[in-house]
Amino acid sequence: MPVDFNFMVGGEAGQGVQLAGLLLAKALARGGYHVFADQDYESRVRGGHNCFRVRVKDSRVGAIAEPVDILIALDEESINLHQKEVTGVTIFDGEKIKDTSGNGLFSVPLERLAGDKLMPNTVALGAALGLVAYDFEILEKVLRDQFGAGDVSQKNIKAARAGYEYIRREFKGEFSHQLSPISQVNRLLLTGNEAISLGAIAAGCKFMAAYPMTPVSSIMEYLAEKAEDFDLVMVHAEDEIAAINMAIGAAYAGVRAMTATSGSGFCLMVEGLGLAGITETPLVVVEGQRPGPAVGLPTRTEQGDLQFVLSAHHGDFPRAVLAPSTIEDAFWMTVKAFNLADKYQLPVIILTDQHLASSYATVDRFDLSRVNIDRGLLFSGKKAEQLEYKRHQITESGISPRAFPGQSKALVVTDADEHDETGHLIEDAGIRTAQVQKRLRKLFSLNKEIEPPKRYGPKTAKTTLIGWGSTYGAIQEAVDMMRQGGASVNMLHLNELWPFPAETVAETIGRSHQSYVIENNATGQLARLIKMETGREVSGRILKYDGHPFTPAYIAEAVRKEGC
Amino acid sequence: MVTMADYAGLEPAWCPGCGNFGILKALNRALVELEIEPHQLLMVSGIGQAGKLPHYSRGNIFNSLHGRPVPPAIGAKIANPELVVIAVSGDGDAYGEGGNHFLHAARRNHDITYLVHNNQVYGLTKGQTSPTSDPGFVTKTTPYGAPPPINPIAVAIVAGATFVARGFAGDVEHLAKLIKKGIQHQGFALIDILQPCVSFNHKNTYSWYRERVYQLGEDYDPSDQLVALEKAQEWGDRIPIGVIYRVQRPTFEEQIPALKKGPLVSQKLEPVKVGRLLDEFS
Repeated sequence: MPVDFNFMVGGEAGQGVQLAGLLLAKALARGGYHVFADQDYESRVRGGHNCFRVRVKDSRVGAIAEPVDILIALDEESINLHQKEVTGVTIFDGEKIKDTSGNGLFSVPLERLAGDKLMPNTVALGAALGLVAYDFEILEKVLRDQFGAGDVSQKNIKAARAGYEYIRREFKGEFSHQLSPISQVNRLLLTGNEAISLGAIAAGCKFMAAYPMTPVSSIMEYLAEKAEDFDLVMVHAEDEIAAINMAIGAAYAGVRAMTATSGSGFCLMVEGLGLAGITETPLVVVEGQRPGPAVGLPTRTEQGDLQFVLSAHHGDFPRAVLAPSTIEDAFWMTVKAFNLADKYQLPVIILTDQHLASSYATVDRFDLSRVNIDRGLLFSGKKAEQLEYKRHQITESGISPRAFPGQSKALVVTDADEHDETGHLIEDAGIRTAQVQKRLRKLFSLNKEIEPPKRYGPKTAKTTLIGWGSTYGAIQEAVDMMRQGGASVNMLHLNELWPFPAETVAETIGRSHQSYVIENNATGQLARLIKMETGREVSGRILKYDGHPFTPAYIAEAVRKEGC
Repeated sequence: MVTMADYAGLEPAWCPGCGNFGILKALNRALVELEIEPHQLLMVSGIGQAGKLPHYSRGNIFNSLHGRPVPPAIGAKIANPELVVIAVSGDGDAYGEGGNHFLHAARRNHDITYLVHNNQVYGLTKGQTSPTSDPGFVTKTTPYGAPPPINPIAVAIVAGATFVARGFAGDVEHLAKLIKKGIQHQGFALIDILQPCVSFNHKNTYSWYRERVYQLGEDYDPSDQLVALEKAQEWGDRIPIGVIYRVQRPTFEEQIPALKKGPLVSQKLEPVKVGRLLDEFS
């Protein structure tokens, strides 16, 4: 029997839900399992309800699933909210939570065994792994790595062991699932934000300026933490406007630079996006979507900013939009984003969302020998001493060689006003037209850099499910589920969205009887983009905009209802 | 040797008699006297008549958006601290649209010089009130008179700027000295420059300023914050010009470990080995 097992840790903010969930995921990943874990939390520091789901498989996993085999309920609310999803056992502290009854509830005196109010989560973690008879030594090692060599580590190991042994001894109910380590494969377990941060450092990003905002703050924090070791600078700016403009200034001065924000922060950055556009300054912007408009649901997920990032700013200028489909993809897309930005001297937006940003997945270790750096066309210093350097020189490709201020005698002049080849402001109609055309000409070669969308399943199928960004894993698994049920289904998934790969999309839609977009937004923004770029209308839109990600079963059911 | 000819830029499109001419002359003189070559200089400007100044001088130029010259100036300075970085704004640019950047650049003490052409009126958009217009100043957008102005000198001092000065476009020699001091100062240097607008400000004219401005004497101690704040309040019959406040405090750039090994822009760009970071995730 293939393994497909789901844990959930639930509790208030401040109870250590996230840490217990992460350590659980780590322990299972160390035993060779594939893990996908997602976080669902409220916008508050204490209280409320948070949960952390950990899905464990013995084959690749890229999505969460509905049923819960083991629920660790650190508070009563978790039982009230999630007990109906539990098919196995709910571990809770019966000495703290009274008046609970129902099938599958099993009390472990978490606080008593912990000996304090800090470690009930660790006791519960031990108990959950005890229930599936997992190798305790692996958990012990994970705890030691987490808490270091000192006293805290020992206390946590003791607490986890108490929970583990208690449940092994006392649990007499029906629960036959066992999870034993299956291999020693050393995969990475990381979030989308961590993959982006690593990608940025690997790609030689030397400057980041940003303003904290869920769900991207952890990128700022990671780069700040590693700044000294990796000779880079992360500036916590006064606002998003300053952040994007600082990054533009650093990029103009010659270093790879980025910023990160979410939708409403990006609203403030839009002005700067156009500045990068007209000054032809390479810039990478991470836009981690969350439900809008305005503050919306600050800690939840959505794919509602696609049309926004495609058209943000007034006027016409080229840009690229990449939407990583998986956590591994997030690493490679980030490397690609920096190369495209440098090569084409334009802003590149990495469009992610809360789901991808804060979900964990096991991935094979990145092959770092594949990381390459392409700075594009550079101006040689020697020539610059003889010639008047023209930052915005008209060329056939639209790309003008870059010089960096202070690195040669070349004077690097650029302007937010329309400018001539030397970068000085002009109002001449002919020069204006030539500069607009020069900038837009870059799209011809940029187009060729865009990888075609990924197909999954048979080349031709009756039904095609079309998605973009973080829905990759969920749609892929939905296709598997439906095909096992005998349906003729495939998937077309876009992660490089702009310039739009119109040809492949039109061709795939043309081959299917029906095509549905699967999108985490309310209006089907990809469907509109497809219509705009290919003239084709999809047959239907499966949309979800409640702040929560798709599950494979949800998609399969929705497609069935539409008629497949 | 650097000469004034090195700083001969494009022909200015300012109104004849504009105070900007005096500022341009003073800036160029300061740069020549400090023997800064144009390629060592980065001027970042905003939008307004002041924003055009870099084009009329010479150097590396980043003419940015309205209100935004300070953030790109900061980004460039961090990327390459060897550049002499001067941000150029008008009063609307600096104290209106860009007010937040002004506050925080002062607080963080970035090592840049900020020239603010303060003519107490909007010129480029033709005569509306500015954040520094005198109270009651009647314009097309303030028919009942302008509200009380921002006091940029006092705001800069309170925000944490380490060099705060006021100059007058009609006194080029004095202004050139101030700009020199501002460039030499390590840290955020604000030079608020009183500048007559001959087209739209018929109140604060050359003669209005000449009757009022006076140079701070040798006996003035700019290191005392309370004295400086008191001096910053002086406006009306007598207006002080000179260095009003100056202290030493570590700059933002000095405190960044990554910059101790040299400019970021000088680092060789090759794939960075992140293998040991990957280990932390396994």
